[in-house]
Amino acid sequence: MDKSKLSNITDIKLNTGLKSILGVDIGSTTAKLILVQNGEITHKIYERHFSQVRHKIRDMMLEIEPLVCNEQLYVAISGSAGLGLAEDAGLPFVQEVFATGELIKQLQPDTSVVIELGGEDAKIIFFEGCMEQRMNGACAGGTGAFIDQMATLMNMSINELDRLSLQSTKIYPIASRCGVFAKSDIQPLLNQGANKADIAAGIFQAVVDQTIAGLAQGRRIEGKVMFLGGPIYYCKGLRKRFVETLKLDDNNALFPEYGLFSVAMGAALFASKQQNSLSYPELTERLEKCTCNRQNTVYLKPLFENKESFEKFRERHQKATVEWLDIKEYSGDAYLGIDCGSTTTKLVLISGDKKLLYSYYSSNKGNPVDVVREQLIRIYRLCDTRIKIKGSAVTGYGEDLIKHAFHIDAGIVETMAHFTAARHFKPDVDFILDIGGQDIKCFKIHNGTIDSVMLNEACSSGCGSFIETFAKSMGYGVEEFSRLGLKSKTPVDLGTRCTVFMNSSVKQAQKDGADISDISAGLSMSVVKNALYKVIRAGSAHELGENIVVQGGTFLNDAVLRSFELELGINVIRPQIAELMGAYGAALYAMSLGLQKSSIISDNELKNFTHSSVPAICKGCGNKCHLTVNTFSGKDKYISGNKCEKGLGKGNVRTEEIPNLHEFKRKRMKNLSEGDNIRGTIGMPLSLGMYELAPFWHRIFTSLGFKVIFSGFSGRELYTKGQDSIPSDTVCYPAKLMHGHIETLLEKKTDYIFYPCLTYNFDENMGDNHYNCPVVAYYSEVLNGNMESLKNTRFLFPYLNINSRRELTNGIFSLLKPKHRDLTRKDVREAIDKGYEEYRKWMAELQQEGRRAIEYARANNKRILILAGRPYHIDPGIGHGIDKLAVSLGFVVITEDSISNVIRPENVGVLNQWTYHARLYNAAEYAGHHDDCELVQLVSFGCGLDAITSDEVRDILERHRKIYTQIKIDEITNLGAVKIRLRSLLGALEERERKDG
Amino acid sequence: MGKKEGIVLFTKKMKKDYTILAPTMLPLHFKMLEGVLNSFGYRTRILETSGKHIIEKGLKYVHNDTCYPALIVIGQLLDALESGKYDRDKTALLLTQTGGGCRASNYVSLLRKAIVKAGYEHIPVISLNFAGLERHPGFKLTVPIIYRMLYAILYGDLLMTLKNQCRPYEINKGESDALANGWAVKLSEELSRDNRICYKKVKNNYISIVRDFSKIPRNKDRKIKIGIVGEIYVKFSPIGNNNLEDFLISEGVEPVVPSLLDFCLYCVYNGIVDAELYGIRRTKAFFCNILYKYLIRKQWDLICSITENSDFRPMGFFEKTRTLPEGIIGLGTKMGEGWLLTAEMFELATQGVHGIICTQPFGCLPNHIAGKGMMKPFQKRHPDVNIVAIDYDPGTSQINQENRIKLMLADAKSRAG
Repeated sequence: MDKSKLSNITDIKLNTGLKSILGVDIGSTTAKLILVQNGEITHKIYERHFSQVRHKIRDMMLEIEPLVCNEQLYVAISGSAGLGLAEDAGLPFVQEVFATGELIKQLQPDTSVVIELGGEDAKIIFFEGCMEQRMNGACAGGTGAFIDQMATLMNMSINELDRLSLQSTKIYPIASRCGVFAKSDIQPLLNQGANKADIAAGIFQAVVDQTIAGLAQGRRIEGKVMFLGGPIYYCKGLRKRFVETLKLDDNNALFPEYGLFSVAMGAALFASKQQNSLSYPELTERLEKCTCNRQNTVYLKPLFENKESFEKFRERHQKATVEWLDIKEYSGDAYLGIDCGSTTTKLVLISGDKKLLYSYYSSNKGNPVDVVREQLIRIYRLCDTRIKIKGSAVTGYGEDLIKHAFHIDAGIVETMAHFTAARHFKPDVDFILDIGGQDIKCFKIHNGTIDSVMLNEACSSGCGSFIETFAKSMGYGVEEFSRLGLKSKTPVDLGTRCTVFMNSSVKQAQKDGADISDISAGLSMSVVKNALYKVIRAGSAHELGENIVVQGGTFLNDAVLRSFELELGINVIRPQIAELMGAYGAALYAMSLGLQKSSIISDNELKNFTHSSVPAICKGCGNKCHLTVNTFSGKDKYISGNKCEKGLGKGNVRTEEIPNLHEFKRKRMKNLSEGDNIRGTIGMPLSLGMYELAPFWHRIFTSLGFKVIFSGFSGRELYTKGQDSIPSDTVCYPAKLMHGHIETLLEKKTDYIFYPCLTYNFDENMGDNHYNCPVVAYYSEVLNGNMESLKNTRFLFPYLNINSRRELTNGIFSLLKPKHRDLTRKDVREAIDKGYEEYRKWMAELQQEGRRAIEYARANNKRILILAGRPYHIDPGIGHGIDKLAVSLGFVVITEDSISNVIRPENVGVLNQWTYHARLYNAAEYAGHHDDCELVQLVSFGCGLDAITSDEVRDILERHRKIYTQIKIDEITNLGAVKIRLRSLLGALEERERKDG
Repeated sequence: MGKKEGIVLFTKKMKKDYTILAPTMLPLHFKMLEGVLNSFGYRTRILETSGKHIIEKGLKYVHNDTCYPALIVIGQLLDALESGKYDRDKTALLLTQTGGGCRASNYVSLLRKAIVKAGYEHIPVISLNFAGLERHPGFKLTVPIIYRMLYAILYGDLLMTLKNQCRPYEINKGESDALANGWAVKLSEELSRDNRICYKKVKNNYISIVRDFSKIPRNKDRKIKIGIVGEIYVKFSPIGNNNLEDFLISEGVEPVVPSLLDFCLYCVYNGIVDAELYGIRRTKAFFCNILYKYLIRKQWDLICSITENSDFRPMGFFEKTRTLPEGIIGLGTKMGEGWLLTAEMFELATQGVHGIICTQPFGCLPNHIAGKGMMKPFQKRHPDVNIVAIDYDPGTSQINQENRIKLMLADAKSRAG
């Protein structure tokens, strides 16, 4: 950073007396030091330390030497990376948030809230009432590191990102929880050619949302709000987003000049209260002494024991290669394969005998269309008239975009492309692992067809771009970084979770003095372990298969490849063109099409090719998809970002005729009448268990003379309404939505709000017990404790037993009696009987519709898809239109509860004690018995119970030789990835069918 | 219920020469529980192993999104199986199971899946539960066993409570630990040796223990007190919470940990609440009521032995603890630690703690409700007690957790002056 731009803070007076004081703040990425003499700041330093904490502190000491060499110094250290240093050097340490709090109390005591964003931490301090200080929890994005990563992804500097964001016209919604999710939101936007200024603003908005939802956790941010820390100090765009979102005016939004140094100043205050002082030589001696001190951190075995083993390794992997032909001398047919991945674009041109003529690999620099255009121009020039392209195919995230832009012959789903390529190297391959820039894909091959597909969804720590970002943040290129790793004698053990976790493990390792090579090797190990245990969840190499092919750009990194072999204890095949396998597979596929002539854009057309993109919002339905309208060469249009076919502007939508039980359930829910208002109005949040029991409660209360008002389906807007009262940032998204539903009901000013506590759900006699999950059962307790606004209404959340008419009658009667004296027990009893009848009818209709759907599918020769999850997954705000996507891919969609009464598995390997889960197991068994029926399981991110159900559902399906597909859904779900899953499933099914007959 | 197909049962024949391995949670308590089981002819070994390799094992064989305690205990058991110390053809594994609506009830199933994955499908897994979930012919929790286990728990609670009040102040380092361990060994022998448990003798033991701890020379430092609540395993187990108690003591803090009997009482009391709220299992409720009253008396005697013979703070009295969260959380919230977690926060506040650490495995469902969900209403009533939620999982680095705890401590210390 440019030092001259640093704030002018010399006019600030600190109440520290006449001493000479050093306040040092060593954060995760930067080191700050201030020197205070006679209460005035006489010197300040702000620098990135590139994890060389101890060297940096020495440099800083040298810089101030002339100023203090003869003085007695009072010193205190603060900051997350300063802890170890302070301990080793025996210097006073003060926790950084505490330090800030003390400083603000002295300097600007009328401040209500302080928000401080650092490199990897985010903190908030509430001053009013009882003072509260909080830091980001274990799982959190929304920090400087997050912005860094996003800037890298956008291929621009933070300053550029900031400048761009100020020019935005709208804000793209980007997941705020964690960098991983944000990335998968941004990538498709980039690939679709969305306006970068709008994305930039979206990134900052994500940081703001994270701060509100994750950090404030239910406490409102209001009054005078002060913003501190590097990211906010440097990014005007981020400030703007904060001010607008929190609705602050100029008087209430404080961006003090000392924003970068607040912790260091707080440390100085702390230092001034210390008893002991040190002379400059004493201080430097203490700091010197602790420069190399290793402890705590756990170390792993080195990657190579000696030089020979390294040479052997290298030799072995040079064998898996593809022959090259000189494109300048070749003449004849050729086939083009394009892999437009999430962060990189790959192209290959192969000859009729599958040899390589041309290859290209590069970052797609945010706009893959440009990259492909340039490459095509080059290829055409090289081909001249000697070489004729007879077929072309494209795969990857940008498949549709590139296909439309350049009239490519065919698109192929990534998984199939990779399989095609891997088979070329190893015909009997039975396991493929592909680690790319942002995703991990792996699939098992069984009898020559893809048997199960796993993608990383919860975590990206096993991916290439992660190592790259990390290397960069330490000031290294990725190649050099990996080369260093190969030489490490003592790789650090860094754990296997998400980026945020790993950053702090690195912090810990650095605290203990690990060097770059150890961290590089450790990261490689982590990447591998993450892929193995997190994504594949393998116990041993034997389980994966005997013939393993690894590919993807990340495996070009020898440290990663070696770690993988070491961890598994077997040798694998890594093709020399590991990073090009998708494109190579696409080219092979293009060849297999057997076309006479490719439809690919001609040389002339290419010369006049232009591309522009405009954002738009689809008004087709409640999803309000953000669309990007691409125009090629001024005439061809391609619309992306749509979740269904409505957005494409095709007038008559045929898909609506195809049975879709998710839609069926939603329609029925919408059609529930409100009833007459005789006794008053009662609001019910349409979320969690209400999706199951709405007709039941609705009938009971309308029969008793209440007007029943539901909060309606959820969406982004509804979520935002309630996000500031969510106390746990790691609870599942459906639970978080409850807060928005309650706010919506409060706006409707109903007399009551009703969401009962139900430990037990209906007993369907399908398992060992019939519990609800703790969140569904007791979320009302959380709402009651955390939503101040609920105090303005009567919130009813009785504990009820819905399995006994008598008990339920008692429960409801005693609930209503105090306010409705005329109500008799008999009235309630009758209403409850009606409720049971309604629920029975409701379920019967659902099962009836399920049968109809299945008959329809069989009559029309379509595949049946059980889109299984929880009842509340039909909420468009939770399911994000996955059901519609499945229908558009040709499935007939049914739900787990529509067929769960048909059959049940003989043996469930887990304690089968939740009503909703028992339905899942039964549905899986049903799918197992029918060849035309597949099951895809929807899982909410953070659902602890699904860790158990998903394994069991997989077991049941695999017992019947079925393919298990799981889709994790969260506040924003990238339908692009879902599409890959569903298409891979289709691809695998088709291939299986071809084989079988 | 009660019957499961396809599981390997622990037969009567196995009882003779099989070693039963079980993970520890509270070292003092479990040492004595081991003694009790051994005295009834079960060759039990409580595993006190620790280290990163155990968690690695867990990660390898258990779904990684499962709670951390499951990863640890299953990792620990598999690690022991593969250590070579035990004959795998003569070994059984034991885990507790509550049968509640939390996924912890599935640890046994997860362990079974894991041992199949690791290739030991012939090894029987015993579920230690009071809900009649499964029965093993060779393993029966008879009344005499349960009776002795109760005393092991009471002794354990007493030793833990006193030790925590001495250790931060002891002048001769290690003295409190040594005393607690010494007593644990002695009591373990006594529980497994004596034919009949004489309650008078037990009470005399209480008094001797209290007197022994009073004799430990201590300094008069004023230290802040920090309470620990949370998911039962990470709250208690040093391997689960990265030696939280030791860390607090090294920071100059007195840790306050609620007793294990509270959790047992909570489980029993829920039987009574179930009948009240839902009108179900009234017979069970009847017996729960008798058992509850009996246990309460035992806890009261224990508390009296402390207050009458020393200046030590006794553990919270459950009969009072259960009333504390009234109006904050319903007693129907019974999955996982449920309302007890919230009740313990309030109980600790009445004991005068300056801050509370709420521990939970990452993504623990009941804790979303009773832990994190109740922090705001708690602080409204006790604005002077700071509270911090700490997540534990295999990936979190210790420095991250410690930094958050340090923040809370700094704040608590400045408030305490």
